[in-house]
Amino acid sequence: MTEMLKIDKLNKTFAAPTGDVIALNNIQLQVKKGEFITIIGPSGCGKSTLLKIVAGLDTDYTGAVVLNGKPVDGPSIEKGFIFQEPRLFPWLTVEKNIAANLSLKDPTTRTRVTELIELVRLTGFEKSYPRELSGGMAQRVAIARALLRNPDVLLLDEPFGALDAFTRAHLQEVLLDIWQTNRTTMLFVTHDLDEAVFLGQRVIIMNPRPGHIRSVQPIDLPFPRKRSSSSFQELRHKVLSEFEKVEEPTIDVGAGI
Amino acid sequence: MSEQVLVKKQHERDGWLSRIPKPLHGWILPLIIVVIWELVSDIGNISATMLPSPISVVAQFARLTMNGELFEYIGISVYRAAQGFLLGSIAGLLIGLSTGLGKLVERTLDTSLQLIRTIPLLSLIPLFILWFGIGEFSKVLMIALGAFFPVYLNTFLGIRSVDLKLFEVSRIFQYTRWQLLCKMIIPAALPNILLGVRLSLGISWLVLVVAEMMGASAGVGYMIQDARGYSQTDIVFVGIIIFAVVGKFSDSGVRYLEKKWLHWRDTYKG
Ligand SMILES: Nc1ncnc2c1ncn2[C@@H]1O[C@H](COP(=O)(O)OP(=O)(O)O)[C@@H](O)[C@H]1O
Ligand SMILES: [Mg+2]
Repeated sequence: MTEMLKIDKLNKTFAAPTGDVIALNNIQLQVKKGEFITIIGPSGCGKSTLLKIVAGLDTDYTGAVVLNGKPVDGPSIEKGFIFQEPRLFPWLTVEKNIAANLSLKDPTTRTRVTELIELVRLTGFEKSYPRELSGGMAQRVAIARALLRNPDVLLLDEPFGALDAFTRAHLQEVLLDIWQTNRTTMLFVTHDLDEAVFLGQRVIIMNPRPGHIRSVQPIDLPFPRKRSSSSFQELRHKVLSEFEKVEEPTIDVGAGI
Repeated sequence: MSEQVLVKKQHERDGWLSRIPKPLHGWILPLIIVVIWELVSDIGNISATMLPSPISVVAQFARLTMNGELFEYIGISVYRAAQGFLLGSIAGLLIGLSTGLGKLVERTLDTSLQLIRTIPLLSLIPLFILWFGIGEFSKVLMIALGAFFPVYLNTFLGIRSVDLKLFEVSRIFQYTRWQLLCKMIIPAALPNILLGVRLSLGISWLVLVVAEMMGASAGVGYMIQDARGYSQTDIVFVGIIIFAVVGKFSDSGVRYLEKKWLHWRDTYKG
């Protein structure tokens, strides 16, 4: 068992005029290669902050974040990131968005882009502009764009949060497919309980003020999972009860399908 | 509701307009004005020095075209305006890029530029004449100064309104500085930059007229000034119309570029 990502005594404080905000307090987390981790917690508990630190977008922290044996000190191609919004470049077509700073004139990139467009089922939309896409299609472009770099670890910050239930369910399947084929390590942030239990091999439960890991729930269910199965419901309840111990029920409970 | 009904409705709404080809719709009002103008100058008791009739303006136009004077003047004017415009807008673009990208440049340069900007350009004409004379250099420089600010301000604004979220994406993909500039900042700022270019074309044209009327021995502005001296008001009109037409063409040029480069924009198109 190889630990790919090690987070040790991670602390992050934001300086604010109204006083410092402790966004992350003593985070300890180890992630194995190829593991699917979901992180759930109410808004403001530091999920995005944690992901940005792992991505290397924010290097102002104390503690250790080590990926593949190297401390994280900035973005790198081994770390892919998918944001809540697709964040496509509006002036580029779908295929050019996926290629981004890589050239489509390079035959290997060209072939990979075509494959990825097929994978996220956007064949026929290669030359479309982002304004012509629905939210779900745009998010699929963002997924393809992240996958083109063959990242070892994919960081996803509530990627399906803004989508309707059907599109979300579909993209969850797409993501599981990708994970099973490529064995990409996944760090998936969500505020949707069903999504966390449906996708994750371990669910990290976070709480705010200050942001910390409350508990870790292993989900020992084989894939593909069935939301209606009693074992699924049982685990879902277990995670939910972790939140009911805190006063504010800020978790999105009813968003499952 | 069938398509036919919808088509009919469209017809009813446009009425007589639908019988005229669409590209000509914009010319209906100017045409009406010319007709009224002709009638007024024919019927009324207005002297040709005050208001020459459109027909005499057209006649002058034909005469000036035949003897080659007109195109020579247009050529000279356009050349002047183009020189000043290019000088000013390229400087505006480059300095706008550097103040937009660098905090240090912004801090050291922007205040001075904002100060200069508040000076009404035309009040500087006496100084320009004093320092640089009334030659070509002086004129081009004045046009360049006028053309500089719209491009400078809008380039700066465009860069500073680049979405931070897209910027984060470029960091994830480790864009090089060059890629950041060419594939991210400039495309994102392009709508603003082109707006600046359009405004600056208009100003170049305006300053050109003033500069040529202040003192020149050729050019459309000179032609107007000269004709006024001899009370040849019809030539004055020819000059004014030339300015309007060339101005319109250059503006259409930028609009064409906007259509071509900014078609990705998702905005209300009427
Ligand atoms: N740039 C920032 N400046 C100051 N405070 C911030 C900043 N970003 C996040 N925070 C604070 O850090 C805490 C965690 O934020 P975030 O990681 O975005 O939470 P989540 O993604 O779980 O909703 C919040 O209290 C938030 O107000
Ligand atoms: Mg967040």
